[in-house]
This record gives sequence, structure tokens and C-alpha cells, in this order.
Amino acid sequence: MSLALSTQIINLLAAILLLIAFAMISQRRILSLINLFALQGFILTMSTGVVAYSTAQHHLYYSAGLTLLLKVLVLPWLLHRLIRKLKIKWDVETLINIPTTMLAGIVLVIFSFDLAAPISQLSDSVTRGLIGIALASVLLSLLMMLTRRKAVSQVVGFLSLENGLFFAATSATHGMPLVVELGIALDVLVATFIFGIFFFQIRETFDSLDISHMETLKDD
Amino acid sequence: MNEISVLPIDVAGGIILLWIALGLIGLALQRSPSMICRLVFPLGAALALLLAATGLWALAETPNIAVLPLGLPDLPLHLRLDPLSAFFLILLGGTAFGVSLYSAGYFKTMAGGMLGLLSLEYHLFLASMALVILADDAYMFMVAWESMALSSYFLVTTDHKIPDIRRAGFLYLLIAHVGAIAILLSFGVMQAGHGIAAYTFDAMRATPLSSFWSSVAFLLALFGFGAKAGVLPMHVWLPEAHPAAPSPVSALMSGVMLKTAIYGFLRVTFDLLDVHLWWWGVLVLALGLLTAVFGVIFAAVQGDMKRLLAYSSIENIGLLLVGIGLTIIFHVYGKNALAALSLTATLYHSLNHAFFKSLLFIGTGSILHATGERNMGRLGGLIRRMPWVAVTLLIGVLSIAGLPPFNGFISEWLLLQAFLLSPGLPNTHINMLIPVAAAVIALAAALAAYVMVKFYGIIFLGQFREPGLADAHDAGWWERLGLVWLASACIVLGLAPVYVVQKLDFVTKMLLGQGLGNSTSGWLFVAPVDIERASYSPVYFLLAVLGVMSVTAWVVHHYYHGRVSRVPAWDCGFPAQTARMQDTAEGFGQPIRRLFEPFFKIEREMPSPFDVHPRYHGQSDDKIWFFLYLPIKLMVQSLSSWTSLIQHGRIHVYLLYTFVTLIVLLAFV
Repeated sequence: MSLALSTQIINLLAAILLLIAFAMISQRRILSLINLFALQGFILTMSTGVVAYSTAQHHLYYSAGLTLLLKVLVLPWLLHRLIRKLKIKWDVETLINIPTTMLAGIVLVIFSFDLAAPISQLSDSVTRGLIGIALASVLLSLLMMLTRRKAVSQVVGFLSLENGLFFAATSATHGMPLVVELGIALDVLVATFIFGIFFFQIRETFDSLDISHMETLKDD
Repeated sequence: MNEISVLPIDVAGGIILLWIALGLIGLALQRSPSMICRLVFPLGAALALLLAATGLWALAETPNIAVLPLGLPDLPLHLRLDPLSAFFLILLGGTAFGVSLYSAGYFKTMAGGMLGLLSLEYHLFLASMALVILADDAYMFMVAWESMALSSYFLVTTDHKIPDIRRAGFLYLLIAHVGAIAILLSFGVMQAGHGIAAYTFDAMRATPLSSFWSSVAFLLALFGFGAKAGVLPMHVWLPEAHPAAPSPVSALMSGVMLKTAIYGFLRVTFDLLDVHLWWWGVLVLALGLLTAVFGVIFAAVQGDMKRLLAYSSIENIGLLLVGIGLTIIFHVYGKNALAALSLTATLYHSLNHAFFKSLLFIGTGSILHATGERNMGRLGGLIRRMPWVAVTLLIGVLSIAGLPPFNGFISEWLLLQAFLLSPGLPNTHINMLIPVAAAVIALAAALAAYVMVKFYGIIFLGQFREPGLADAHDAGWWERLGLVWLASACIVLGLAPVYVVQKLDFVTKMLLGQGLGNSTSGWLFVAPVDIERASYSPVYFLLAVLGVMSVTAWVVHHYYHGRVSRVPAWDCGFPAQTARMQDTAEGFGQPIRRLFEPFFKIEREMPSPFDVHPRYHGQSDDKIWFFLYLPIKLMVQSLSSWTSLIQHGRIHVYLLYTFVTLIVLLAFV
């Protein structure tokens, strides 16, 4: 596989990643949201694998494997189980309606491409065009966390934010040291567990997972 | 066979580890509280005695250094045992031995789970104090310092179900942390931006600082260590935390923990900083005088016996600061012999205070156990029911009041000698100031005696003020052991000053390059400068006093006995005397309250003459609390109410803040 071809593939995968980020923003169903998250993880795995192959960096294979294991299999499975246990299959409620959110997302993408242009000039890696995309997907995930009402979709937003960061790391610098990646992976896993516990607590306290109920926790 | 040489520091390190292990064992044994009392605390006491012996051994040795294979990258933990640390190890070990023995009896009624935790915290507290004293880099020092603050916080809040105790604990923790920040900043100044390896004390000694930066470091250290020691105006936690803590803990906190602050201050001032300015000494001297007088006046009006002792600790810390201030002044003007004298007095007094204040605190613990009462107004006549506590506490009270031949006299006498020998400094202002300071010290010492008369008289003498007191029981055997150890230490320190001063010479030689020396006057007389000018021999004094007393007793017995006719004493026209007619704690302190009225914020509620059930209520509060702390509190509150403007309790809004910040930073940075 030539360098040009691998660059092409990575660019394609990056485009898919961005597309998925938009899909997540527009998705109304919680189960499909989780499936999209798993798909995003899979794309991430592939792109990491391609970077690893094209730059012959062996430790990136490990991170690809880790991503596959954690973000494609374990975390979606955990979330699915949570949803089954909590018996929630509702449509996702949003604070701002979806077309408006999509428009805001487009603005964000333009903003991040504009921002990433000077940085990309400095980077000499095969993947330098991708920083903009990575930044955009981070911002889009943040936007999703902002506009969703239910706690589960916020967690998915958080996890996909981490995906975006990971993509930025692999594309810009050929990945972080393996120790750091292991640490982050563990953090994400633990965070998901804690979120799971919180869901139960929140539901127990408010009979609902709607986080707007938590406003009552503030005392005036 | 290879000869394996064991250094004092190895022994000390081993003792610290064993203390931690003992604490964990105590935690594991929480199902059998009697085992904790009979095994863990006595073993801890034995280790404490061993630590004191190690300190005595290390005093004459060259400094030992140990580098632990732990710590930050580029900064392993350093330990160092030099004469200064050795002296404070003796202080810690000697005091902790008595207090631990006492604790073995004192805590035996406590529930197992609580006792397990307490034994862990107690031994961690001891271990961290030892580590503070041994630390040889800023990182180790701060870690040990903070573990000391935290473990003592948990000890203070042992009875955390009582809201007042939680409040006292919080106040203590707050001030401890503010102080710790100042200490950390002081180390930061001394490290002078030379990278992480410069946080060792050795590097700080070698770093020359300009006089401006030295002053900054010195002031920060004064503030930080002063907060821990209870120097005005950071003293407010002391009278709250000491009554809240269990008595052995108060004993350790007052006897030893306050001294670690003195240790840290001495270490920074005389060891780490090499520039000294005369105004530092004046500042410390003035602060010390204020603290001493303030503490003793407030002690005089207290009705709660542990609060009284806490204020008396403030007074003693003031005396120690006076000694340090005087040392700095003499040192700056090159009068090293006098500096050595006042430093010796300071160190001697810290040792004495550690012993007699711990003794008094654990004594109040026994009274508290026997009667359930901390208010002196409800005690009285206990000398008849608690003879062991009464006799040992009498020794402690006489020591703290500064009466010969006990130990408190010698250190105060040495301090006053330092004052009296001071004329001839090249600064006329200081020359005028010093006699005034000496007078203030004399006032504080006299008032301290007054306070102690009140303390002892109200609790032990007279009649029982409450009927329940007749059933009070004396301390148990373990408690007696602790009391007797500390009391005999007070006597020994009082009778063997020459020996102690010789030992202290190692410390003054290390810090000032000159010892006091006492070669000409033999082992009986302490003569700080010249035998011609002033000398004191406790042994002769004791013999003279005993002689006069026995002659008097003999004369009275032989010449007047039998010629005495017994009649009822004149009863002032009140034939029916009740226990309520005795002088009260309140009444005894009243003259002081009158004299020093501007110091207090007094609230009083007087009954009207026609009241059927007359009630009297009086409270004297600290003005500093109202004029310094409350405004700070209000300011913090109003500042934090501003931040609540941006708090809506909605996660989306918080996320929006993050989002907007991110966008703004990305766009403009």
C-alpha cells in the first residue's frame, strides 16, 4: 500500500468520522445513538490501524486493538445493558431543535477548519489534513452534550468527545505514548461505570433521568 | 564478620515505621478494645522512650543523613538527624511516653471501632511529628507537616457527633492549612527558583538570598509556624480545639505539636537563612510579649479547665517567641554568648512546657473521667478523692507557675537573666525596649502563677461544689504511671539544670556556633555567664527549703503543741457554711477581668434583687475574633455569593460555559 493510498484511506475515514458526528447530533433514538458510537469507534480503530501500517509504528497497533476492545465492544455493551436495566427506549429529547443544532454544527466545522489550517502547515505527518476534522468532531460532541436533555445521551457525547481527542492524537502526532493511552482508556471505562451508578441514583431520586430535575438540588 | 554500624537515624526511622505499624495493628484489633489498650498503647510508649534515648544519643553525634528510596523524581525524601532535631526528638519521645502510658488506661472505656481508628490516628500523629522533626527537604517536611495536621484533626474530632466539636475541628483545619500555605511559600522563596533538586534543606542553606528575600521568607515562616503555634492573632483555634479533643490528644497537641512549630521556626530562621536583620528580632519579641500577656489574661478568666490550659499554652508559646526574638537580636549584634543564653532558655522552656502542660492536660482527663465535668465551677475538693491526680498535678502546677525547685523556674530565670544581661547593644531603641519587655515577662510569669492558683485551688481544694463529686474515683494504674512519669520529669528537669544545659549546648553550638558553657561552676550551680553575677543551685535551694520547713515543723511540734486550745473558728457571722459560699472560678478571675477590661468583650446577665431563682451568666469573649475573623468571614461570604450568580444548577449551562470558553480560547489564543 503506497503512502498516497493510505493518505487517501485515512482522509476517507476522517470524513466518515465527521459524518457520524453529525449523524449523532441528528439522531433521535437512544439505541441508534449507541450503535453510532460503536461505529465511530470502529472507524477510529481502522484509521489507527492504517496510520500504524503506513508509518510502521507498532505501538499504534496496540492502541487500535485497545480501541476496538473498549469502544466498539465493551462500552456499547455496557450502555446497552444499562438501557435494558433502566428500561429506557425513549426518543431523545433535545433542548434546541435538531435543524438548528445541525446549522450550529456546520458553523463549528467551518470554524475548526479555519483554526486548524495554520497548525496543519506545521505538521509533517501523513495525516496533517485531519486536525481540523478531529477538532470539529470534538466540538460537535460537546455541542451534543449541550443540547441533550437525558443523562445517557450526555454520556455518549462525552465518550465520543474522547474519540475525537484520540483521533486528533493519532492523526497529529502518531499517537501518544502507550502508557498514556492505557491510562486514558482506563479512565474512560471507570467514568462509564461511575456514570452507570449515577444513573441509578438519579433515577431513584427523581424518578426520571431528565437532568433538568437536578436544578432542584441547588439551594438558594 | 562485617561490622554493621547502626546510626541513630536508622533507629529513629525504624521507630517511626513501627509506630505506623502499631497504628495499623490497632485498627486490625478493633474487635478487642482491651487488647488495644493493654498492648498497642504500651508498646507505643516503649517506642517513644526509645526515641527519646535515640535523641539523647544523637545529640553529641555528627549529623546523620539518610536518603529514602521514595519520593518525587529528582527529589527523593531526605532525613537528617542533627542536634536540633535530636533535642526535639527527646522532647517528643519523653512526652509521648507518659501520654501513651496514660492513654492505655484512659481509652479503655471506648468502643472498639472508634478505639481502633483512634489508635491509628494517634500513632500516625506521633510518627508524622517525628518525621517533621527529621525532614531534610521541603517536600518531606510538608508531607509530614500535613499528615500531622490531618491526623490531629481527626483526633480532635473524635467525638464528631457533637456540632461544637466539628466546628472546632474545622477552625483548626482551616488555620492549619492557611499556615501550611505560608510555610510552603517560604520554602519556595528560599529555594529561589533553582529547580526541584533545590528543595533540599542543604541546597537552601547554600543559596544566598538578598536581605529583602530573606525577610520575605522569614515573615512567611513566622506567619505559617505562628499559625500552628498559636501566636496572636492566629491563636483562635487553640482554645476551641484543645477542649474538644480527648485529653491525651490535647496533651500531645499542646505539649509537642506546638513545639514542632517552634522547631520549624528555629530551623528556618537559624539554620536555613543566613542573613539576619535586627528588626526581625524586635518583631518576634513584640509578638511574643503580646501573645504571652494576652494568653495569660484570658487564662485567668476562663471557667472551663481545658480552655484555661489552652490559653496558658498560648502564653507559653509567647514566652518561647520572646526567647527566640531575643536570640535573633543578640545574634545580629554579634553577642553570641547572650544569644546562646536566650536560646538555651527557649529550648529549656519548650522542654519544660512539653512535660508540665501534658501533665496538666492528662490530669484534667482523669478529672473529666471521674466527674464528667469540665467546668471548674462544678468541681472542688477533689484532693480528698483523687490523691494521685492531685499530687502529680500539684507538681505540674508549681512547675508551670515558675516556682523553684521545679523546672519552670529555671527556664524563666534563664530568660530573665538574658534580659538583665542585655545592656550594651549598639541600638539605643532596643536598649530602651528590653527592660520594658523584661517587665512584661515578669508580669506574665506572675499572672501565670495566679492562674495556676486558681486552677488548682478551685478544682482540688475546698468542699465539693456538687454532691456527685463525693463519688469521684482516682485514676487507674496506667493513668497513674503516665502522671507519675511526667511529674518526675518535671522534678528531674528542675533538679539537674546543669546537665540539661550541657546537653543543650550541642544545639546552641550548632545554630549559633557558641554554647553556654558551664565549666567553672561545677555540677551544682547553673551560672549562665559568670558565677559572680548570678547562679542558681536547685539542690541547695531544695535542701534549704526542706531544712527551714523541718526546723519550723519541729519547733511548732515541740514548743507549741499541747498549749493550743481548740475553739470553733470565727465564722464571720455565718454559722451555716455551704459549698456554694466558696470562691468560684468566676470570682477568682474577676479582678483580672476588671483590670484588663478593654481586652475582653464581656457579656453579663445579672439577676435582679427580687428574682426568686437568681441566675448569673457571664461570658468574656476574645475581641480579636470579632474584629479580625468575622470581617474576613463576611468578606469571603459575600465573594462567594457573587460566584453563585453564575451557578444555576443546570448541567447544560455548565457545559455551555465550557463550550464558550473553549471556543473563545481557540479563536483568540
